[in-house]
Amino acid sequence: MPEQPQIDLPKVERPQEDRSRPERAMIEIRNVTRSYGAFKALDDASLTIREGEFFSLLGPSGCGKTTLLRMIAGFDNPTSGSISVGGQPMEGIPANRRPTNMVFQSYAIFPHLNVEQNVAYGLKRLKLQGGEEKRRVEEALAQVSLTGLGKRLATELSGGQRQRVALARALVMRPKVLLLDEPLSALDKKLREQMQVELRRLQQAVGITFVLVTHDQYEALAMSDRIAVMFGGKIAQVASPKEIYQRPVNRQVADFLGGMNFVKAEIVEENSASLVVDTLGFGRVKTDKPKAFVRNGGAATLGIRPERLRVLWDNATAKFEVAGKVVERHYFGEITHLIVDIPGLEKPLSVTETNDFGADDIPVGTSIRLAYDPEALVAMAD
Amino acid sequence: MTAVRRFLSGGWLPAYAFLYVVFLYLPVIFLPIFSINTAATPKFPLSGFTLHWYEDLPRTPALLDAAWNSLIVGVSAAILSTVLGILAARSITRYRYPGRRTINGLIMAPLVLPEVIVAISMLLVMLQLGLSLSLFTVVLGHVLVCIPYSMTVLTSGFEGFDRSLEEASADLGESAFGTFRRVTLPMVAPAIISSLLVCFTISLDEFIIAFFLTGTEATLPIYIWGQLRFAAKLPGVLALGTLLLVASFLLMTIAEILRRRAARRTQNEGGLYA
Repeated sequence: MPEQPQIDLPKVERPQEDRSRPERAMIEIRNVTRSYGAFKALDDASLTIREGEFFSLLGPSGCGKTTLLRMIAGFDNPTSGSISVGGQPMEGIPANRRPTNMVFQSYAIFPHLNVEQNVAYGLKRLKLQGGEEKRRVEEALAQVSLTGLGKRLATELSGGQRQRVALARALVMRPKVLLLDEPLSALDKKLREQMQVELRRLQQAVGITFVLVTHDQYEALAMSDRIAVMFGGKIAQVASPKEIYQRPVNRQVADFLGGMNFVKAEIVEENSASLVVDTLGFGRVKTDKPKAFVRNGGAATLGIRPERLRVLWDNATAKFEVAGKVVERHYFGEITHLIVDIPGLEKPLSVTETNDFGADDIPVGTSIRLAYDPEALVAMAD
Repeated sequence: MTAVRRFLSGGWLPAYAFLYVVFLYLPVIFLPIFSINTAATPKFPLSGFTLHWYEDLPRTPALLDAAWNSLIVGVSAAILSTVLGILAARSITRYRYPGRRTINGLIMAPLVLPEVIVAISMLLVMLQLGLSLSLFTVVLGHVLVCIPYSMTVLTSGFEGFDRSLEEASADLGESAFGTFRRVTLPMVAPAIISSLLVCFTISLDEFIIAFFLTGTEATLPIYIWGQLRFAAKLPGVLALGTLLLVASFLLMTIAEILRRRAARRTQNEGGLYA
């Protein structure tokens, strides 16, 4: 066999980000249930949100994320279970006496007040002495880059500016926790992406615990320290964005976080940390066993993200590869989406490939080979 | 041929619209025209211009009494119906409960009930209750007919009131009363003032209920009715009628402007999208 160039998928030791911060709990949610008659909007949810953390509640509409946020804010009360903020139980404490402030989805800017009066709204009650109120308003406006717009009427602002006013109005209260209810959903794509970066930067600058509710997985992945993925009133997984994306606990989470190829697998061996499974397309694979893995007979599901499959060009080979035929090609500008039929697999694989090597020119019907890293194959419960 | 085609294609619509407006407003135009005519009988051709009939008005004590009575009744009825209207409109726009639509319908019903029947029924009730007829009973009657108008104005002002504004206020530390004072009230104030003006205007012009429920004290419409028996007094009545017309028109215009402002405020328009 002639010597062929080998592509070894990069396996470098990457420096690990230092995420060690004093992990003190800021919000403790213990077995919280919220029922409306027979319907449980939130079902026995338990969660700890750490001090100084950017935490996201992610899920489709109706999953209970907003209900949970509103209960932390004090606009709703648990049917059972308890919530504490900063070590203080919140039961019986109304919204106006909680150490939390909220950025509303509709922003809820007071339309009869100007920007400054909106931001100073909560401070008025504190009766601050000697220009302190003015100083804090200025500071908050500067934090959200609205300096100089203090005299504008709320009705004269753009959506992005209103959002900033809502942020400043909450931050000026120096809450222990800032709650954000889908704050970016009303903005157009470009502004939304810009605000994601700004929000993240702001959170790191002020060091306040942020709790964000969103249904946009990219938003959650881009901004959060940790994410709780919720479905049907239950918390499915709590982990860092990377872990949620790469090691989803079940198909539902995997699906919600973006494209995923699912492959049927037979369990050959199972121990406390790992699984060995047999698949038709990928052969025998050893993977980490997810914490929440519950064995259901001999079957399991193996998943691989479309971007973890790389097209092998010409004579290049890889240690791990599968061969198949391109059946569909979809062009997306910077990437191309290929649907590749692999003999033996019940469903063709989705592959996203960057266009720098001409993936957008591969004709439908071409036989190609795909390289993968077995570590990208993740076992999960169905 | 062309005329027929033009007719079928709707070319007659502007003419129709013009006649429509003439039909609506021609009678009203006669009032001011004859009120500045020198002749005592309203008849064409006009005989000459005079403001004499207007000058006479303040020199009639019975008229001044009636105007004062109307003012008292109008202000009281406006305040009472607006207060009741606020409570009802708030409940209907803010809460969802069984029977909400029915209740709304029942509150609005006096708008279409025959006024004579309402007036007679009220008279019977007042007498059964042993109330002697006075301006007070007129006020009660007027509240009944004013509430539907008050409700219409107020619900349009309250509707779309973003509930998260009140939540935002609470979230920023404000108490329930403070929230009402600093957020709710300033936002709905234009609608409330608008309701007061509308109710006052309705009460000022109302005749049938006042006619049945008043004792010896006449309101302006009743005074006018009384004067119509004397042919010589007719120009004075026309002058007074013109003044009432102008006053009503002005008050209603202001009320409508305020109502629109309130509706615009609560709807938080243009804010959701950048």
